[in-house]
Amino acid sequence: MTDLAVPPVLRLDDMSVSYRIRGRAVPVLSQVNLSIAKGEVYGLVGESGSGKSTVALAVQRVLPANGRLSGGRALINGRDVGALDRAALLQMRAREVAMVFQDPGRALNPSITIGRQVAEAFEILGASGHEARRRAEEMLTRVRISSPARVMERYPHQLSGGMQQRVVIAMALAKDPSLLILDEPTTGLDATIEAEILDLVDTLRREFGASILFISHNLGAIAGLCDRVGVLYAGRLVEEGPVRDLFAEPRHPYTAGLLRCLPRPGLRKDLAPLDTIPGFPPAPGSITAGCVFAPRCALADETCRTIDPPLVATGAGRVSRCHHHDRVADLPHAEPRAAAGTLAPAGTGAGTPVLELTALSKTYGSAPYAVQALRDVSLRLMPGETLGLVGESGSGKSTLAHALLGLIAPDAGGGMALDGAALAPEVRRRTAEQIKTLQIVFQNPDSALNRSHSVRRLIGRAITRLGGLSGAKREAQVTRLLESVRLTARQLSARPRQLSGGMKQRVAVARAFAGNPRLVVCDEPTSALDVSVQAAILNLLAELQAERQVAYLLISHDLGVVRYLSDWIAVLYLGRLLEVGPAARVLDGPHHPYTEALLSAAPSVSGERTGRIRLTGAIPSGVSPPAGCLFHTRCPRRIGPICDTEEPPFTADAHGHAIRCHLPRGELGRSPAPSMA
Amino acid sequence: MSEALPLTEPAPSVAREGRTRGVVGRLLRTPSFLIGITILLFWAVCAVFAPSFVPYDPYADDLLNTLQPPSAEHWFGTDQIGRDVFSRVLVGARAILTIAPLATLVGTVAGTAIGLITGYFGGWVDAIVGRLLEVMLSLPLIIVALLVLVALGPSTPTVVVVVGLVFAPLVARTVRAAVLTERHLDYVAAAAVRGESAPYIMSVEILPNIMPPIIVEGTVRLGYAIFTIASLSFLGFGVQPPTPDWGLAIAENYGVLIGGFWWTVVFDTAATASLIVGVNLAAESLQRALAE
Amino acid sequence: MSGALGPFLLKRLALSLLTLWLLSVVVFFGCQVLPGDPARAILGPLADPRAVAALNEKLGSDRPPVEIYLSWMGGLITGDMGQSYAYRSPVAPFIGSALVNSLKLAATVFAIVVPLGIGAGVLAALRAGRPIDRLISVAGLSLTVIPEFVSSIALILVFAVLLRWLPLSATWPAGSGPLVQLQHLILPALPLVIVLFGYIARMTRAGMVEALSADYTRTAILKGLPWRTVLSRHVLRNALLPTITVIAAQMGYALGGLVVVESLFRYQGIGSLVLGAARAKDFAMLQAGILTVGAFFVVTTLLADIVTTLLDPRLRTGGRR
Repeated sequence: MTDLAVPPVLRLDDMSVSYRIRGRAVPVLSQVNLSIAKGEVYGLVGESGSGKSTVALAVQRVLPANGRLSGGRALINGRDVGALDRAALLQMRAREVAMVFQDPGRALNPSITIGRQVAEAFEILGASGHEARRRAEEMLTRVRISSPARVMERYPHQLSGGMQQRVVIAMALAKDPSLLILDEPTTGLDATIEAEILDLVDTLRREFGASILFISHNLGAIAGLCDRVGVLYAGRLVEEGPVRDLFAEPRHPYTAGLLRCLPRPGLRKDLAPLDTIPGFPPAPGSITAGCVFAPRCALADETCRTIDPPLVATGAGRVSRCHHHDRVADLPHAEPRAAAGTLAPAGTGAGTPVLELTALSKTYGSAPYAVQALRDVSLRLMPGETLGLVGESGSGKSTLAHALLGLIAPDAGGGMALDGAALAPEVRRRTAEQIKTLQIVFQNPDSALNRSHSVRRLIGRAITRLGGLSGAKREAQVTRLLESVRLTARQLSARPRQLSGGMKQRVAVARAFAGNPRLVVCDEPTSALDVSVQAAILNLLAELQAERQVAYLLISHDLGVVRYLSDWIAVLYLGRLLEVGPAARVLDGPHHPYTEALLSAAPSVSGERTGRIRLTGAIPSGVSPPAGCLFHTRCPRRIGPICDTEEPPFTADAHGHAIRCHLPRGELGRSPAPSMA
Repeated sequence: MSEALPLTEPAPSVAREGRTRGVVGRLLRTPSFLIGITILLFWAVCAVFAPSFVPYDPYADDLLNTLQPPSAEHWFGTDQIGRDVFSRVLVGARAILTIAPLATLVGTVAGTAIGLITGYFGGWVDAIVGRLLEVMLSLPLIIVALLVLVALGPSTPTVVVVVGLVFAPLVARTVRAAVLTERHLDYVAAAAVRGESAPYIMSVEILPNIMPPIIVEGTVRLGYAIFTIASLSFLGFGVQPPTPDWGLAIAENYGVLIGGFWWTVVFDTAATASLIVGVNLAAESLQRALAE
Repeated sequence: MSGALGPFLLKRLALSLLTLWLLSVVVFFGCQVLPGDPARAILGPLADPRAVAALNEKLGSDRPPVEIYLSWMGGLITGDMGQSYAYRSPVAPFIGSALVNSLKLAATVFAIVVPLGIGAGVLAALRAGRPIDRLISVAGLSLTVIPEFVSSIALILVFAVLLRWLPLSATWPAGSGPLVQLQHLILPALPLVIVLFGYIARMTRAGMVEALSADYTRTAILKGLPWRTVLSRHVLRNALLPTITVIAAQMGYALGGLVVVESLFRYQGIGSLVLGAARAKDFAMLQAGILTVGAFFVVTTLLADIVTTLLDPRLRTGGRR
């Protein structure tokens, strides 16, 4: 594939890196081999702790003080990075390699203007002050910043996350690098902004011809952008190949597992559970014999546990580190639900809703700085159903959850009712019954579980408060709850930090279910978790719902998660509901233009880029929301002045599917392939 | 494929040993902690037992033998009224090592309470109390203490309370900052959603998580309590004569320093410095051990 | 967005005034209400009740507290700080000359300690984890807690008694030039330098370590900038900003240390004035002296806040965080 005369832009030769932790050398990367040809985009995929970011740091010799290249070499344009002297290293950083990190807000110096920081990159290359500024402005234009001169006068904190990342990319491209390293460049950005940045990278790779090392946990982003992909697991490269082939037909059980645990279109909680990868990644250096993936692998046999598999060729340009790479397709799938449709799909709502919100609003601060976080939101949720609440940052979805839970008081005038009874805005004025009826699973279990309490205490206290049990009965109930979230009594005395991320989230789920709730708010319940763990938690939530007829208010930015669990979907933008309806109808269309953009922003593993609708511009600030339709400033389907002046009506069809748009339904977009086969 | 987790797997990354044991282990391997704690223990032993083993009665004057230089008879010499300096230095640990820890305790407990309440409730409670604390902090500690001691008259309980209360705002500031960090974590919200009361959340949920900074602050404060109380004694508003005390001894004798009678102050000076440095070394090591 | 600066400064100023007012209440409370009966406190428990009553009347302390407070405040606004009981003359002139003397001493202290402390902190951060860092940290930490009177004694012994390099008294002969004055000020300044050095060095080190490990510093390194440029342009500025506030806060504490140092070196500053007033139970003098110290602290903190705001674009321009 590569021309032998020209050295690859990046080549790793058996590269190993270890970190010294408490006096012990812990291997983080072992004998990684890869090479990136000129103009190629190489994706490096892995879950947290796989060592993927360490690759980026080691290649540029910026490992943390306790990190050490313990073996092998990294070559950039044929030269060994480890052997460069100080001056040559500076030269290499100034001219050949550029890097974009995950958090653009922190990658920019807070006390220097954008113009100064971008110009600096040109000054290193020898441009004079004036020339550097001119070229900086030009470069900002090339990363599609519309008024570069104004942006240059600003400080980083005055820009949105998406703009900041563009600036960082501009600085990286200033040197016209031969290798551009992108380390999770879109993590933490909103879906529509993420799509914009990925598109930008895709365009720029053609304009600049740089080779790109794209590091991400996001399989969809990799599929859409990369030529080849390498899969990293526990510091080892377990599979490599052209991205389409590899994702279509994985030849390593780990790759296959990763792909299968993603919630994909057509799969729903009542049809089948998601596939999972059992267990969790090993602690670095803990597996000394055999294949690193063997403890979690359904294909593993005695050979796997004793002999470390070599990288074997499995096809054109493909390698896999598996003894059984030819049997990967035989990996068993999760069993479909015994009785498909135990949970009836959403009806149009007869009976008493478990939750009813009427005209709920919340304003923070006071004029002229008032921010309206929620505007007149009305929603209802039936027992045993899931309402997926979708929206980007600033959409008010967390505010809605907090108001519901009594953590913040909504504005007067709106109403909340639980099981038909009015719900007081403050927790202390709610009845004990209401408190146990309504519980929450937070996004990040590290924050949600008190780190000084044991699992027994965490769950036990919830049972005392919500279940009213004590003594032996309480103990018995703790054990029962642990079992229902697939944990065992062995975890009882553990503190949160002794558990893995998935286990912690299970404890948090168990705690929420301590009082047999009828409604659980799930606030981004899996977004702090790796995909392999996410699937297991989603399965758990689906099973608990089927067993206990609990309703979920599911808040998520991940449409895959929402699609899998939800019966109803509501789309929130700047605190306003833009669309509500039965999940299938919202997903299939006709959709609101914003929903359509959200759907097409979600990258898919198949790497298809059909029907992409892109939003431009930043999400408006809640302090000065647009007049008329709140979405008109970014709407690709804006029809005319009516959108700027008049708020569209929110009308529902016979199925309870409401869309807030001036366009007639017939002209609204539909999904190319319906969500249900 | 079953969903059961292989529970025999080691949990990721963090060592399983108890945290407390880890901290103590690290401390015992830190030279500066060992030095600090040895000095502190030495003076603690003196404070408790010195009166029963020192060669002379620390209160007994001997007007025939005033200002004697160090000798075999009087190891550290005698002061202006002939009292044995060696005996007075060793017994002098008692006053300071009684008052300072008590004052620290008062300050830490009061400060923790104030910090918890202001940090947890925020809003106007925080604004008002915060403003008052800032006023307290805008006056040098020693001056606030001086003011109150002039008004109330110096006595041991007054010194304990006054020094404790001037330290409270500093402790409160540290605790408040720690509470604010915790306050935003979801376990606090989870407790509120369960209907827990504010006192429960503050004492059972938040307090255990902010103990490390409180312990560090307490040990650091102990050093400063010794500093402040010694200074007050030196100024005449702390320990009162004729009780043997280092600061007091220096105040009484530094006038004769220029005459060459260095021994009347040097040993008290060294004693004060060693005790404070000892406490501080121990406090700093503890802080580092807890931060790891 | 620069419009955010004006309201911010006004708000900050209003808060300072509020602090000053609260301060006056606290000081008044301490000097007039806490003692219960000032004349009794002055004359002692054995004094003739008639003498006590007469003195109270003379001091004006037989009036209700609110009235006393209002007349005191009224006086303050017109520059009248009341009558000293001990000196039987107005307080204000004493305060004025004492404040000037103390400021000379404080200026000497800061001129020495600020460059020294910041330099040591920067050095320690750049050599983090190495012996020099350990040395600076432990030395700074140990010196910070040495009471001024303890280090004074050591310094006097070495420099004034043994070596005779520096004069023992802080008070210079009348009509001395600035150089002679400085010579007299060095010895009393050193104990305060010793106390403040460790604190400033530690704060500087912390700020530096944070800036050195910040992502933006890594960005600068990866731009290929030489280390010197990375330091001067990206690290130092962000690291030293918080240090300014710390130094300002320490100015107030330095004034507290002045009480000890000035009395030990028999220097006529605000500290020895306060101490003298406290010993003589001269409440009018005490009250004025303490209020001056507090006001000085409030003003320096305000100035530091303003400087920090002007230097930090995040605060200066407001906007989103």
